[in-house]
Amino acid sequence: MSEVSRMRGADLLAAGTLGLRSRPLRAVLSALGIAIGVASIVAVLGVTRSSQAALLEQIDRLGTNLLTVANGREMGGAEATLPADAGRMIRRLPGVDHVAPTTRLNGPGVYRNDMIPVGQTGGLDVRACDAALLPTLDGRVAKGRFLDAASAAYPVAVLGHEAARVLGITRVDATTRVRLGGHWFAVTGVLEPLTLAPEIDRAALVGFPVAERLLGYDGYPSRLYVRTAQDRVEAVAGLLAPTTNPAFPERVDVSRPSDALTVRLSVAEAGAALFLGLGAIALLVGGIGVGNIMVISVLERRGEIGLRRALGAARRHVAAQFLAESFLLSALGGAAGVLAGSLVTAGVARQRGWAVLIPPEALWGGLGVALAAGALAGLYPALRAAHLQPTEALRSL
Amino acid sequence: MSVTDVTDHAVLRLSEVWKVYPGEPPVESVRGVSLTVRPGEMLALLGPSGSGKSTLLHLMAALDRPTSGSVRLAGHDVGAYRDRRLAGLRAYHVGVVFQRFFLLEGLTALENVATGLLYRGVSRAERRRLAAGALTGVGLAHRAGHRASKLSGGERQRVAIARALVGRPAVVLADEPTGNLDSASGAGIIALLRELNGHGATLVVVTHDTKVADACPRRVELRDGVVVGDSGEVGA
Repeated sequence: MSEVSRMRGADLLAAGTLGLRSRPLRAVLSALGIAIGVASIVAVLGVTRSSQAALLEQIDRLGTNLLTVANGREMGGAEATLPADAGRMIRRLPGVDHVAPTTRLNGPGVYRNDMIPVGQTGGLDVRACDAALLPTLDGRVAKGRFLDAASAAYPVAVLGHEAARVLGITRVDATTRVRLGGHWFAVTGVLEPLTLAPEIDRAALVGFPVAERLLGYDGYPSRLYVRTAQDRVEAVAGLLAPTTNPAFPERVDVSRPSDALTVRLSVAEAGAALFLGLGAIALLVGGIGVGNIMVISVLERRGEIGLRRALGAARRHVAAQFLAESFLLSALGGAAGVLAGSLVTAGVARQRGWAVLIPPEALWGGLGVALAAGALAGLYPALRAAHLQPTEALRSL
Repeated sequence: MSVTDVTDHAVLRLSEVWKVYPGEPPVESVRGVSLTVRPGEMLALLGPSGSGKSTLLHLMAALDRPTSGSVRLAGHDVGAYRDRRLAGLRAYHVGVVFQRFFLLEGLTALENVATGLLYRGVSRAERRRLAAGALTGVGLAHRAGHRASKLSGGERQRVAIARALVGRPAVVLADEPTGNLDSASGAGIIALLRELNGHGATLVVVTHDTKVADACPRRVELRDGVVVGDSGEVGA
């Protein structure tokens, strides 16, 4: 019996790298396409996952159990009022932990001092509230103290974070004061930012008694914040409108501020799908590039193919060699892409202050997709090389 | 005759071999050639270009199958084998030397010689060991570590001859081995081939160089695909 042509696996690998070693620049350039495709896929998945994790963490921290009740009909940006005993009624609902009524006062603006023209409001509001607001919003005081039962009766204000920034108030001491509705109010505190209640960020807060006395507060709340038990959010939300205004429940607008964050989660996902598509296109183009280079390589190396056939290579060995080469090329690109994508993710996450989170399926998926692209790209050139007649290959120049 | 005939001691036995390439009209490259090469022979295959000598060499090297007739290489019927067994015949029983050397430029002289054993599944260490011996046999032991691209023409052809011989095949087929060399290098190659034949290697050299032909004990002349002259089998 005759001996069969055979080749060792290690030799196949060495033969597969021969073309890459003899033309390193070409190898790098053709692997680049795959690398860019894989990098963009890994980066998109990584950045999306990291940002989602950060959002989820924020939502967890802020809680999804905060509800706001406002009058549904707001005209000209003004908040219409709700029935005066709305707060008392809501407090009776089962599952409600905190209720904080607030009223946006339509008259006065907020000014740094009495020299500022009345028109320059800076977009700031004056809102009346009580001490329950801070625990309901789970807010924190950045400087100074919040309003309490004692200070509520006096011309004392606490500024939202944005309001303090607009007014240029950076410290809180005995001389810090603002001008509200023609009266001087002492500033006793500045709040930390409130993600779920941006309208508070832009307001100067005063107590109900002093608002009634100096700023024309009429006893009707315009917006209530309701903190419920975590498992009763839906039930409470359903009851808020009829409880607040039994006569016209349709005029009451109940919302859940954390919904805005949840929407951002799905928006991020939709954006990721678009970029993933772009990454897939880059990968496709990269794969075509590798296939192109492999076709050229087969044409250039007809002599080598003829020689190998003459040395005893079977068709399968020639095909395997070129397939190995395109496989290695795309593995190289894939590995570089995974690395680059991870670095981009880490960079973006670091810049935004997120925890770095790259889904593992993006890592092995990126490499796997690159290898699949390499196999596909190498298949046709490899078969072409294998089916080249040895005599023809040796004759060519 | 069966596919394998171990009682046949001829290295190559061609009987009534035809090679016809399809086309309009079909090209009859080799027309009814019968030829026997015995172990230890050194045979020159002569003829003008287009006489079919390269086609005949490819048939002898099991790189192609005859259209009709039979080519038996070391007792094996070339026409009866499919790709992988045919490749096995080439890996084990034939060494080929080309006019254009066909060295792998990125590899050293030693590595190039070792590729002669690549498709036998021999380990790398063993290949290198045998290659070093073959390289010494062609007088190039001192160039073993040089890249193929750094060698002169004569040295390149010596490396190619060492590669053809490293597996101790039944026959070495050389296609115009001096065709790309200056006369001094060519003379060196002719001397080397004679020396290797003296050590027992069986050689078939396709050439139209009279100096090469004169160095061969047996000369077969080909014209239009037909053998028109054979100085006779040595010892036949």
